Amino acid sequence: MDYNINLLPPKFLIQRDKDRCIKCGACARQCANEAHVIQLDGSIKAIDERCVDCMRCVSICPTRAIRIEEYPVKFRESANWTEEAILEVYKQAETGGVLLSAMGNPKPFPVYWDKMLLNASQVTNPSIDPLREPMVTTLMLCRKPARLELVDGKVVTEIPPQVKLNVPIMFSAMSFGSISLNAQKSLAMAAEEVGTLFNTGEGGMHRELYPYQDHAVVQVASGRFGVYKEYLERAKIIEIKIGQGAKPGIGGHLPGEKVDSEVSQTRMIPEGADAISPAPHHDIYSIEDLRQLIYSIKEVTDYKKPVSVKIAAVHNSAAIASGIARAGADIIVVDGFRGGTGAAPTRIRDNVGIPIELALASIDQRLRDEGLRNTVSLVVAGSLRNSADVVKAIALGADAVYIATAALLTLGCHLCRTCNTGKCNWGIATQKPELTKRLIPEVMYKRAANLLRAWNHEIQEMMGGMGINSIESLRGNRAMLRGVGLTQKELEILGIAHAGE
Amino acid sequence: MLKKEGEVRIPAGCAIAAMISRKGEKFTGEDIIRSIAVMHDRSNGLGGGFAAYGIYPDYKDFYAFHIFYDDHDCLRNCEAYLAEHFEIESAGRIPTRKVDTIESPHLIWRYFVKPKSYKVAMHKGMTDDEYIVRCVTAINATIDGAFVFSSGKNMGCFKANGFPEEVGDFYMLENYKGYSWTCHGRFPTNTPGWWGGAHPMSIRDLTVIHNGEISSYDANRRNVEQFGYKCTLMTDTEVMTYLCDMLMRKHHLPKETVAHIMTAPTWEQINNMEPDKKAYYTALRTVYPGALVNGPFSIIVGYTGGLMALNDRLKLRSLMAAEKDDMVYFASEESAIRVICPDPDKVWSVGGGEPVIVNVERSDI
Repeated sequence: MDYNINLLPPKFLIQRDKDRCIKCGACARQCANEAHVIQLDGSIKAIDERCVDCMRCVSICPTRAIRIEEYPVKFRESANWTEEAILEVYKQAETGGVLLSAMGNPKPFPVYWDKMLLNASQVTNPSIDPLREPMVTTLMLCRKPARLELVDGKVVTEIPPQVKLNVPIMFSAMSFGSISLNAQKSLAMAAEEVGTLFNTGEGGMHRELYPYQDHAVVQVASGRFGVYKEYLERAKIIEIKIGQGAKPGIGGHLPGEKVDSEVSQTRMIPEGADAISPAPHHDIYSIEDLRQLIYSIKEVTDYKKPVSVKIAAVHNSAAIASGIARAGADIIVVDGFRGGTGAAPTRIRDNVGIPIELALASIDQRLRDEGLRNTVSLVVAGSLRNSADVVKAIALGADAVYIATAALLTLGCHLCRTCNTGKCNWGIATQKPELTKRLIPEVMYKRAANLLRAWNHEIQEMMGGMGINSIESLRGNRAMLRGVGLTQKELEILGIAHAGE
Repeated sequence: MLKKEGEVRIPAGCAIAAMISRKGEKFTGEDIIRSIAVMHDRSNGLGGGFAAYGIYPDYKDFYAFHIFYDDHDCLRNCEAYLAEHFEIESAGRIPTRKVDTIESPHLIWRYFVKPKSYKVAMHKGMTDDEYIVRCVTAINATIDGAFVFSSGKNMGCFKANGFPEEVGDFYMLENYKGYSWTCHGRFPTNTPGWWGGAHPMSIRDLTVIHNGEISSYDANRRNVEQFGYKCTLMTDTEVMTYLCDMLMRKHHLPKETVAHIMTAPTWEQINNMEPDKKAYYTALRTVYPGALVNGPFSIIVGYTGGLMALNDRLKLRSLMAAEKDDMVYFASEESAIRVICPDPDKVWSVGGGEPVIVNVERSDI
C-alpha cells in the first residue's frame, strides 16, 4: 500500500566522526546488515534502521570513528503502554505474524543468584588457600548405585558408565545450523583442552567434530535430526531434549535459508528445507514412554553411554524430575527461562517457565525426599553468568552447570539478540561462509578455554574461603548460602536461611 | 531467649582422648578422666562426656538406653512409648553424685530393653538394630523433652555440661569397668543450656567424639537424611555418627573403607595409584561423594570391640596415638597420654586421612 507508513523508528543511531573517519570502508565491507553503505563519491552513509548494535564496526574501525547510540526518540509511554508494548503492536499490525526474539527472557524477573550470599570461614575453622593446598573441582557425573559391596577388599558392585569433568561447567546445546561449525569447533576444542564437554545440540554431528567426540554430548530431540546409530556411538553422553528454558512447550525451528548443503547433510534433511522440531516427541506422551526411549538408546549403545534428559524449568519440574530419575536417566538437565536461544516466540520466551534457581532447589529437595538424589546427577542451565552463580548453583544442589550465552560471549557475541536473522557479523549465528570465516577456531577456542579456567580459579577461591577443598562437599551444602531481601516463602523454597540468621 | 541446640548450629572446638585394651582387660574410668583433665584449657566447661564399652556385662543382651528428661511429664510420655515398643527388663535413675559446678536441668534415666519381637517382624527386612535406630530417632525427633543419648548393648555414654573431669566425677565413673573408653571436652562458641549437645554422639553401640568444625556439614546432613536419618542437633558430630552408622551397618563396609570414603584421596592421588587401588578408590569416590567430610576434624569412633581414630585429609586438627603393651591411647595432646602412660612403647601423630583402627583380640566381650 502506498499509504503504508513505517511506524517503527530505528533503534540505534550510527554516529560517524567525520574528522576521524579515513573512509577505508571496513565498516561497510564487514556489516552483513548493510547499515554502512559506500556512496559513489567514496563517502560512507549510515542507515540507522538496519543497525542491530552488534558492535562489529565499532570493534574493527581503525580510527575509532564510529559510535552507536540509542535512537533519540521518545514515545508517549505510560507504565502500562511501554515503548516495547507499543512497538510490538506496530510490528504485528505490519506482518500479522508471531513475534520472534532471540536469547533468554530479558524481563526484570528476580535473579535469585543476586539475592544469595556465600559464607566464609573465620575463627572456628580455617579457610584453605587454593594456591598452597589441593583444591579439587573434578567430579563424576551420571547414575550411581545406592551402595557399594566389597568382597575381600575388592569392589564387586557394577558401576554404570561415569563421566569425569575437570571443572563443574559444560558448554550447553547449540546446534549446527543455529550456530556455525566454527563456533561449535571452538567450543569443542576448549572442552577438550580443559577436560569438560560440549553439546552438539539437536542438529547432528558434523564430521569435523569427530576428533572431539570424547567430549561431546549429542542430542536426540523431537525432530531426530542427524540421529543414527553411529551418531549415538560417537557420544560421551546422549541427551534426550524434551524442553528448552527459552521456549518450554515448543520445538526448535531452523529456517530453510540456514540449511545449506553442510547443514543438510549433518541434519539429514533436504537442502533449503525448514527444520521444524515437533513440540512433543511423538513417541513420548507420558513418563513410561520416556523410559522406553531411554532404554532404546541404552540398548542400541550396549549400555555404554549415559543418557541425560533435558527439560525446561516449569511449575511441576520437581515431580517431572523425580519421574525422569525413576525412568532410568543418568542425568537430569533443567534449563531456566533466562537460557538463550537462536529464535523463540517472544510471548513464550517472556511468559513461560520459571527461574532456574527455584526449580533447582525444589528438584534437589524432591529427589532427596524420595531417596533418589544419590542415584542421578543434576545439571542446571539457563543463565549462569559468572563463577559465583556456579558456586551458588552447586550449593543449592547441582552437580554441574551448562553455559552457552557466556560461551558465545567468549567468541565475540555481543548479545544483539538477532541470531534469528542469520546475519551474525561475528560468524557465530550464521552459515554464510564470508561471515563464518571471521571466526577462527584455532584462535577463538583459547578464549572459551580461558573463561572455564578463570571461573574455575574463582570457584576454587570461594570454596577455599568456605573451608571446602572438594567440590562434592559444596554440592547441596545450603548452609553456605544466605538470602537477602527474600520473602519467607522464597527462602523456604530455596531451603536457605536469611542473612543474619 | 537463647535457642536450644538443634534450633541453632553451634560450632565448637574440643579435646578428645581414648584408651583401649587389645586383650579386652577392663579398667575403671579414672585413667581417662586424668588424661582429659590435662587438656582442661581445650574445653570451656560447656560440655563433657564419655563412652565406655563392656560396662554392663550382666545385661549384655539388652540395649541400654540412657535418657535425659526435662521433667516428669516428658518421662511419662517417653515411658509410654518405651512400653509400647520394648520389653523393659530394668529401669532406674543413673547414679550421680553432687558436684558443685554442675547444675542438672535433666532427670537422667537408664533402661535395659529388648525390641518387642512382633513389632520387628511387622516390617520388611527389619533387624533389631534398625528397629533401635528408628525408635531412638523417633523419640529424639518427636517426644518433647526426652532425649536418648545412649542406646547400645553392654556400653554406655555419660555426658553433661561441665568440664569433662567434673562430668566423670558427677557420673561416678570410677564405679564402671570397661575395656575401651573415649572422652570429650567441649569448647562451644555459644552457651548450650541443654546436655544433649555434649559428646559423645551415639546411635546403638556406635559413638563418635569429635574435635573440629566440618565445612561439608550440610552436604553430609542432606546426604544421610535421604537414608532415614533425621539430624535434630545440627552438630557435626551427629552427622558423622549417622554417616558411620549408615556406611558400617547399613552398607556393611569395613571400617577402613569407611575412613577411605570420609577422607578420600584427591583425584590426582588416585590417578597415580596402582590399577587395583585406583579402581577401589575411584569406586568409593564415585559412589559416596556425599559422605566425604571436609574441613578440620579429628574423631574417634567407638564400637563394640574397637576404636577408629581418624583425622581430616589436611591434618587440620591435632591427634596423637601411643602404644604400651596391649594398651592403645589417643589424645589431642601427647601430654594427656603421658600423664597416664609415662613410658609408651611407641608414640606417633595420626596422619591426615590415615585411620588408626584398634580391635580387641577376643570375641567374648
